[in-house]
Amino acid sequence: MLKQCEGSHAVAEAVALCRPEVICAYPISPQTHIVEGLGEMCKSGELHDCEFINVESEFAAMSVAIGSSATGARTYTATASQGLLFMVEAVYNASGLGLPIVMTVANRAIGAPINIWNDHSDSLSQRDCGWIQLFAETNQEALDLHIQAFKLAEELSLPVMVCMDGFILTHAYERVDMPTQAQVDAFLPPYEPRQVLDPAEPVSIGAMVGPEAFMEVRYLAHAKQMQALERIPQLAEEFKAVFGRDIGGLTHTYRGEGAETMVVAMGSVLGTIKDVVDEMRDAGHKIGVLGITSFRPFPLDAVGAALKNCKRFVVLEKSLAVGIGGIVATNVRMAVTGMGLKGYTVVAGLGGRAITKKSLYGLFEKAGRSELAPLTFLDLDWEVVNRQLERERQTRRSGPAAESMLRDLGTVASKIA
Amino acid sequence: MDKPFAITLNPGSSLANHTGSWRTSRPVYVDRLPPCNAACPAGENIQGWLFHAESGDYEKAWRVLVENNPMPAIMGRVCYHPCETGCNRQHLDDAVGINSVERFLGDEAIKRGWKFDKPGRSSGKRVLVVGAGPSGLSAAYHLARLGHAVEIHEAGPLAGGMMRFGIPKYRLPREVLDAEVGRILELGVVLRLDTKVDNIAESMKAGKFDAAFLAVGAHIGKRAYIPAGDATKIIDAVSVLRSMEGEEKPLLGRRVVIYGGGNTAIDVARTAKRLGASESIIVYRRTREKMPAHDFEVEEALQEGVMMKWLSTIKQAGEGNITIEKMVLDDKGFPQSTGEFETLEADSVVLALGQDVDLSLLEGVPGLEINDGVVQVGDNMMTGSDGIFAGGDMVPSERTVTVGVGHGKKASYHIDAWLRGETYVAPPKAEIAGFERLNTWYYSEAPHTMRPMLNIIRRQSTFDEVLGGLDETNAQFEARRCLSCGNCFECDNCYGVCPDNAVIKLGPGKRFEFNYDYCKGCGMCVAECPCGAIKTVEEEI
Amino acid sequence: MPLQPVKFYQTGTFTVGNRLLAPEERSVQANMQRTNSLNSGHRACQGCGEALGARYAIDAAMNASNRQLIAANATGCLEVFSTPYPETSWQIPWIHSLFGNTAAVATGIAAAIKIKKQKGQGGDVRVVAQGGDGGTTDIGFGCLSGMFERNDDVLYICYDNGGYMNTGVQRSSATPAAARTATTMPLGPEPGNPFGQGKFVPAIAMAHEIPYVATATVADLRDLEHKITKAMGMRGARYIHILVPCPLGWGTASQDTIHLARLAKETGIFPVFGAEYGELKTALAIRRQLPVEDYLRPQKRFAHLFGKSPAVATIARIQALADKNIRKYGLLDREGSR
Repeated sequence: MLKQCEGSHAVAEAVALCRPEVICAYPISPQTHIVEGLGEMCKSGELHDCEFINVESEFAAMSVAIGSSATGARTYTATASQGLLFMVEAVYNASGLGLPIVMTVANRAIGAPINIWNDHSDSLSQRDCGWIQLFAETNQEALDLHIQAFKLAEELSLPVMVCMDGFILTHAYERVDMPTQAQVDAFLPPYEPRQVLDPAEPVSIGAMVGPEAFMEVRYLAHAKQMQALERIPQLAEEFKAVFGRDIGGLTHTYRGEGAETMVVAMGSVLGTIKDVVDEMRDAGHKIGVLGITSFRPFPLDAVGAALKNCKRFVVLEKSLAVGIGGIVATNVRMAVTGMGLKGYTVVAGLGGRAITKKSLYGLFEKAGRSELAPLTFLDLDWEVVNRQLERERQTRRSGPAAESMLRDLGTVASKIA
Repeated sequence: MDKPFAITLNPGSSLANHTGSWRTSRPVYVDRLPPCNAACPAGENIQGWLFHAESGDYEKAWRVLVENNPMPAIMGRVCYHPCETGCNRQHLDDAVGINSVERFLGDEAIKRGWKFDKPGRSSGKRVLVVGAGPSGLSAAYHLARLGHAVEIHEAGPLAGGMMRFGIPKYRLPREVLDAEVGRILELGVVLRLDTKVDNIAESMKAGKFDAAFLAVGAHIGKRAYIPAGDATKIIDAVSVLRSMEGEEKPLLGRRVVIYGGGNTAIDVARTAKRLGASESIIVYRRTREKMPAHDFEVEEALQEGVMMKWLSTIKQAGEGNITIEKMVLDDKGFPQSTGEFETLEADSVVLALGQDVDLSLLEGVPGLEINDGVVQVGDNMMTGSDGIFAGGDMVPSERTVTVGVGHGKKASYHIDAWLRGETYVAPPKAEIAGFERLNTWYYSEAPHTMRPMLNIIRRQSTFDEVLGGLDETNAQFEARRCLSCGNCFECDNCYGVCPDNAVIKLGPGKRFEFNYDYCKGCGMCVAECPCGAIKTVEEEI
Repeated sequence: MPLQPVKFYQTGTFTVGNRLLAPEERSVQANMQRTNSLNSGHRACQGCGEALGARYAIDAAMNASNRQLIAANATGCLEVFSTPYPETSWQIPWIHSLFGNTAAVATGIAAAIKIKKQKGQGGDVRVVAQGGDGGTTDIGFGCLSGMFERNDDVLYICYDNGGYMNTGVQRSSATPAAARTATTMPLGPEPGNPFGQGKFVPAIAMAHEIPYVATATVADLRDLEHKITKAMGMRGARYIHILVPCPLGWGTASQDTIHLARLAKETGIFPVFGAEYGELKTALAIRRQLPVEDYLRPQKRFAHLFGKSPAVATIARIQALADKNIRKYGLLDREGSR
C-alpha cells in the first residue's frame, strides 16, 4: 500500500509488521520517532504481544535486547551516535553470543563536539563489532531492509544493524509502499532460536573462553559473515518474489556500463550522486555509481566485479578514520587489490554538512581528469582551518578549537568579545 | 539445540573437573566418645539412646539403652548420674537431664510392657551368679543374652540387694524394682531365693556351673566404738533400711541421731523423719562440703527438716542423750579434736559408717586375694581363682548401683570369652568429644527441665516417691537438649555448608559420605559441624 | 510444675537440616533432591562464600519456582569460576553477558517470558539476576536502578564480598571502612578504605520502593531461604543482598567463611533485615551480641588495626557503625525478629 509518511514511521510500521516481541528504547535524536511510533503502536494494541520497555540507557537497551533475544523473543531496538557508543560493550556481546537482534541506527555524527546531524561515524565505528551492517539509500529501502534483516539475523543467528541516515531519511516524508501483514508473514517465518534459555533444556550461554578456543570462536564469527555474503543476495531475490521490489543485496550498480569513473558510496547520498551522474552522463562523462548496501559483511567480490572495468573510483564517504582518511575507501581498496585502479577518498557531509550537487559535479569532473588528491575533504573551509592551525602554532593555549573557529566564522563573534 | 561452539555449554558439565586434587587435607567422619558415655559407670551409650528419644522413638531408645543396662527405670531413680556431671551442655546452660529421660524410658517400658529380645543360640554353658543385687542381676541379664544358662543364688528372701534393702521406697518404689527384675528373669534366668552360698566351690560343683560371678554386696554395717549405757539404742544403718522392707518397722524413737556423712546416712535420716521422728539429726565429723553424700540429697533432706551437725563426733551415748565433741579441720582437711563438748538428746543412734562384705562363701577357695575386706579382681573381673569372677560392692570400687551394673556387664563379657577359651578385648575407646570440639551456635536455647517434686508435707510423712518423672512432652524436650557430642545426629550441616557439593547425603539414619573427587578440603564442614563428628586429616602429598 | 510451653527441636532451624522437623519445614539445602544448581567441579577457591551463597539462593529459587528458572549472571568470580569453557557448573538455564548489564539482561529475559506466556508459547518461568558487589553496586548500578524503577519482574541477588576479588581484591563501593584492598592499602594517615565512602545498596533499593528488599548472610541459611522463597512468591523488582565472606580477599581461613558471616551479623556490622515497598518489616535479631573487634581480628584485611599499638580509635569508629545499624534496624529488638 502506497503511503506518504516520515521515514521513521515507515520503519516503525515495517518493524511492527515483523511481529517483534520485545522492543527496548532509549531516546536519542534522530532515532526518536521510530521508537515513539512503536511505543504508540504497542500502547494502542495495534502491535500486540510485544513488550515495549523504556530503558534507562542505550547500554541497558542492548542488554535488555540480549536477554530477550536469548530467551527466544524477536527483539528490536534503535539508536544513534553517542547512544551506539554507549552500548558498544553490549553490541559486541550480542554478536559474540550470536543473538539475532535487529537494530536501527539513525546515523549521526559522534562528538565532541556534540552534533546531532547525519554522518556515518557511529555505524562505521562499529564495523568490527560482528554485526551485519546494511545501509539504506531511501526510506523504502530502509523499510524493506528491516524486514529482510529479521530473516537474515534469525537464519544466521547474528545481529543486524540497519543503518539509515539521520534526519535525511528518518525525518523525511516520502512515498513508500508499505507491505501488508500477509506479505511479511509469508516472507518472515516465526523466530526459531538457535539457542534459547529454557528450563526444559538448560544451557549456559556466555562461557569464558580461553586461548585454547578463542581464535576458533572468532573465526566462526567471520565464517558466519561469509555465509551472509551468500545469503543476502538470495534474500533479496526471495524478497522480490514476495514484495515485487528489488531491494537489498550486497551492492547496486547505477549506470556502470562503460564507466571510466565509478563513484562508491553508501546511504542516502547515493540519491544526490545519482542525480549528478545522470547530469554528467548527459554531458558525456563516462561515470557510474556503486552503492554498497552490505558494509558488513563487506562484499569484496561484488565490489571488485563492479569496479574491475573502470579506470578510477571515488569513494565518497560520510566518515573519517582520523589519522588515515577513509573507512569505506580502505575497504573498497582491498576489493580492487591488484587491479591497478586509481582510487580517491572523499570525506564529505560530516556532522550534517550539506553535500551539494554542485560540489559533487566539480569533484567528479576533477576525478575524471585524475586531478583529485588521494584524500579530499569536500567543501572544507580551509581559511578557518588554516587560521586555527596557525593560532595553535603560535600559542600553546589557544583555547577551544571549535569555539575559535566559530568565532572566525562570525557565528558567535557578536557574543564573545 | 544447535549450540554455538565454546560459548554455550551443556549443564553441569563441570563434573568432569575433579577439584579434589586441590586438597591438602581432608575431612573424615568420626564418632567421638561423648563425655556422658565416658562418665557412665555402666557403660551406657547415652548419646545413642537419647538420639532415638529425640525423635520420639522411645522403644528404640529403650532398646539401645538396655544393651548396656537392663534396669533403666531403677537407674533413672537411683543413679547419681555422673553422665550429667560430664555433660557438655552444662557449659551452655545446664546439663541434659539424662537421668530423668532414662527414668522416663524405663517407666515407659514398664507401662508398655516392652520385653527384652530373647537370647539367640544357647552356649550350653552354665553360670552361677551369687547375689541378686544390681551387679548380679546385670551379669545375669548379659550372660543370658549371650546364650548362657544363668542361675542366681540369693541369700535373702527377695531380689534386688541394696536396691531393695538399702534404698528407701521414696527413692525407688518397689513395683519398679520388681518389674525390672521380673523382666530379667523372663529371659530364662533362674532365681533361687533364700539360697545362701556358703561355699562357692561346692555350689558350683553341685550345680555343674562352668563359671561363677560373685556379687554378694556389702551388707554388714561398720561399727564404731561408742561408750554407751544400756539404755541407748545403737543400731546400724543397713539394719534400719533392711528392716524397712519387713513387717516390723524399726523403732527409732522421737529423736534420732545418725552418725555418718554418706548417702546411707541421708537415707536413714529421711527415713526416720518419715517414720515420725520429730528430730532427725545427722552428726558428721567434717563439713558439708566434705560430705560424701550427694549434694542434692543433702538438700532434699534439709528441705524435709533433717538437721545436720557438722564438725562433730559422738564421744559417748548416755540415756536419752549423746555427747558430741566439736571438731576443726586441719590444714589437710582432716578433723581434729577441740575438747569442746555438747550434749544432744537422742532416743537412738544410727551408725552409717559404711559397710563390710561377708566373704564367708569364699573360704577355702585357692588363689583368692583379699585386701581391706574386699576381693581383688583383675581387669577381666576374675578373682585369683579360675572361673570365679566378682563385682559390685565386694570388689574394690565406688559402691553405687551403677558401678555394680557396670561390673555385671563387664564381667559377663569376660566370662563369655573365658568360657570359649578366649580373652575379651574391649573395643578401643574413641577420643572424648570435649566442649572445644563443638560448634554450639547451632543449638537452640533450652533450659533444663525440672522434674516435679512431691510437696513437702507428703515428703515428711509418707514414703511416696519424692521425685516425679517427666511426661512425654518434657522427656522429649529434655532428650532434645542433647548436643550429640562427637556423634553425627544428621543435622545436614556438612551437606549444606559444602561450597562444592562434595558431601553426599545417604538418607535418614544412614548419615553422609564425602565425595573426595570434589572436596577441596576447605574445612567448612569440620568448622560448622555442631557436634564435632568430623575431623581433618592431612593428605599425604 | 508447668510443662515447657515452647516447641523445641534441639537445633531448631539453626542447622541446615533437622530430622526432628516435619519434612515440609526443612530447608531446601537439607533435601537429598536439591537441585545443586551450582554443581561440583566449579573452580571457586576453597571455602568460597559466594559459591555457597549462590547455591543456597538459586536452589531455593529453583525450589520456589518449581524449577522454572532462568538466571542472568554478571561478570565476576561467580561467572569465571562456574563457566570456563568447556565446562559449566550451572544446571539451570543461565546467561552471562557483561559486567554491568545483568539487571537489564534479566529484564529482557522477563520480557521475553511474559510475551511467550501471553502467546501461549511458554510457561511461568521466573528470572533471577545475580552478581557480585562490584557488578551490582558499581558498574551494574545504573541497570539495577533502571530495573528497580520499572519494577521489572526480576529477583536480583547481590553476593557481597566487599570488593573486586576476581581482579585481585580492589576496592568497590561495598568495601567496608578501614579494609585493606589492593587499591586501599594500609598506608598513610588513614590506612585502608576511607571512612565516609561507599554505599549500602539495600537501602538504595528500598528507596525505589520496590516490592521486596532483603539482606542475608551465608551463616543464616534458613533466613536466606525464607527470603528467597518470599521474594519468589512476589512479582516485580526484588532485591536480596547476601553477605558472602571471601577467604582470598578477606585474608581468612577457608573454614571460617560461615563463622565470619555470622560474626558480621552478630556484631551488627551487617544488618540482616527485610523490607517491603520501601518499609522495613523484619530484622533478624542479634542472638549473641559481640564487639566488632571479634569480627575484624580474624581478617587480614583489618590486620593493620591490630598491630603493636592497636588502632583503638578506628575500631571504635567501626563499632559506632555497627551500633548505628543496631539502632537503625532494631537488631537487638527480639520482638522485631521473624
